[in-house]
Amino acid sequence: MRYLLALPFIGLLWTPFYNHELPSLFGFPFFYWYQFLWVPITSLIIGLVYLDDRKKGVK
Amino acid sequence: MGSQINWTALWVFLGFFVLVTVMGFWASRWMAGPANKGAHLDEWGLGGRNFGAWITWFLVGGDFYTAYTVIAVPALVYAVGAYGFFALPYTILVYPIVFLIMPRLWQAAAKAGHVTAADVVYGSYRSRPLELAVALTGVVATMPYIALQLVGMEVVIKALGLTGELPLAAAFIVLALYTYSAGLRAPALIAFVKDLMIYIVVLVAVVLVPLKLGGYAAIFREAGEAFAAKGGATGTGLQAAQLLPYATLALGSALAAFMYPHTLTGIFAARDADTIRKNAIFLPAYTILLGLIALLGYMAYAAHIKVESNNDVVPALFSALFPSWFTGFAFASIAIGALVPAAVMSIGAANLFTRNFWKPYVNPNVDPAGEAKVAKMVSLVVKVGALVFILVLPTKFALDLQLLGGVWILQTFPAVVFGLFWRRFSAGPLLAGWAVGIVGGSWLAFSDGVKPVHSFHVGDTALTVYTGLFALAVNIIVVLVLQALAGKRQA
Repeated sequence: MRYLLALPFIGLLWTPFYNHELPSLFGFPFFYWYQFLWVPITSLIIGLVYLDDRKKGVK
Repeated sequence: MGSQINWTALWVFLGFFVLVTVMGFWASRWMAGPANKGAHLDEWGLGGRNFGAWITWFLVGGDFYTAYTVIAVPALVYAVGAYGFFALPYTILVYPIVFLIMPRLWQAAAKAGHVTAADVVYGSYRSRPLELAVALTGVVATMPYIALQLVGMEVVIKALGLTGELPLAAAFIVLALYTYSAGLRAPALIAFVKDLMIYIVVLVAVVLVPLKLGGYAAIFREAGEAFAAKGGATGTGLQAAQLLPYATLALGSALAAFMYPHTLTGIFAARDADTIRKNAIFLPAYTILLGLIALLGYMAYAAHIKVESNNDVVPALFSALFPSWFTGFAFASIAIGALVPAAVMSIGAANLFTRNFWKPYVNPNVDPAGEAKVAKMVSLVVKVGALVFILVLPTKFALDLQLLGGVWILQTFPAVVFGLFWRRFSAGPLLAGWAVGIVGGSWLAFSDGVKPVHSFHVGDTALTVYTGLFALAVNIIVVLVLQALAGKRQA
């Protein structure tokens, strides 16, 4: 489960993947909304790992 | 903008300033529950180690996303475009790191009553030199950071039409006094006001400004056209040569962020490790805010704002688009946004000085009440020092030092973090790695004329990376090699 925490690093550090203008969303070029989207995704991932840790009783 | 005093804005600004000043002095009695240790460094320097999830969220949010950020990030985006947005991936990636590392650091500190990162390092390795290296790096990296908060404040005071250095000095002395009397409780309480104000300002700005300027598509288009006319390494997308610097700046800054004394003070002041884990989940809300703040740099183009200094972009935009009472509110949120981190930074630096210099080298018999007394005095000295720094020296000096400070603080990462996960490391290799990282990183940065990135030429391709991250890699290699040569640590 903790390996999920690597996803934001992969998604955000590989810059050529998202350095594009299209497709745009609500007027935002891809470069911007893609990075903004990683904020809730990262929150969600950390939340999932947190719940999983708690279930397993990780201190 | 001119030097005309905007009276409505000024009165609103002063009203909020008075409000937080009263709160700052009152805060010494806030949350002083039955567990209060009285005259003890845990009380003044860590707010009683009793902050729950909400208070920690406001405190760390208010302390990590500083006033200088609100001014400087849009200024950089205004100047260069997409490249300035590295602040967004940086403040996303920081949270998985916080989630993995900081609960452990908190546990190590709480168990032994440690107040600073250098305490934890001494606790793990029993090495005074390594402890001093970590503490010294922390203090030196924090000083210019405090000075830059003053720059953030100076910018809005100037935009209100006030001239001279007196208003800035007065604001800072008031801050110094209530921090002296209430300690970490003052910024923790003020952070509630500051953060709510900034949320309101930014939400209004990101809804209202595009309405006035024809929507986001128009804002990005106008910014793109302005960059195209300007030329150079600017634009609303990254240029090929910026892809690697962007990523390495984001990663390096994320690793460095919670090595600073002010962010760590927020961690150590938490009630329990769970508080920190929950905050790693919910603090990213501020990152959305920061990303939206960064966009103000583009909105300035759509609003056809012209400024002499890039740092004036945000105040100029607000003055141009908001009614004056709301401009006053927005400026107050930025000025108060400078007070919170400046207070926490001076407390963090004072804790380091007291625990890791005063106690081991000057007065080993100092009791916790004596520690609190020393730390309070040092917090005053630190703030006055930062004020003199800004009034006497050119701002460029503080900027350069803050940039170098980022490179330096990153070099404490192995010493602070490795011991929390692995028992095999010992003080010698960690100290050697730190020294190589500091000297090598500074040398590279100076040879580039104090730039954050360095270009390495491999064949005919140039690889440009964040100098701090490169120095950290060398630092870690030195640690690993020396540790392998020395063999496993004797228990």
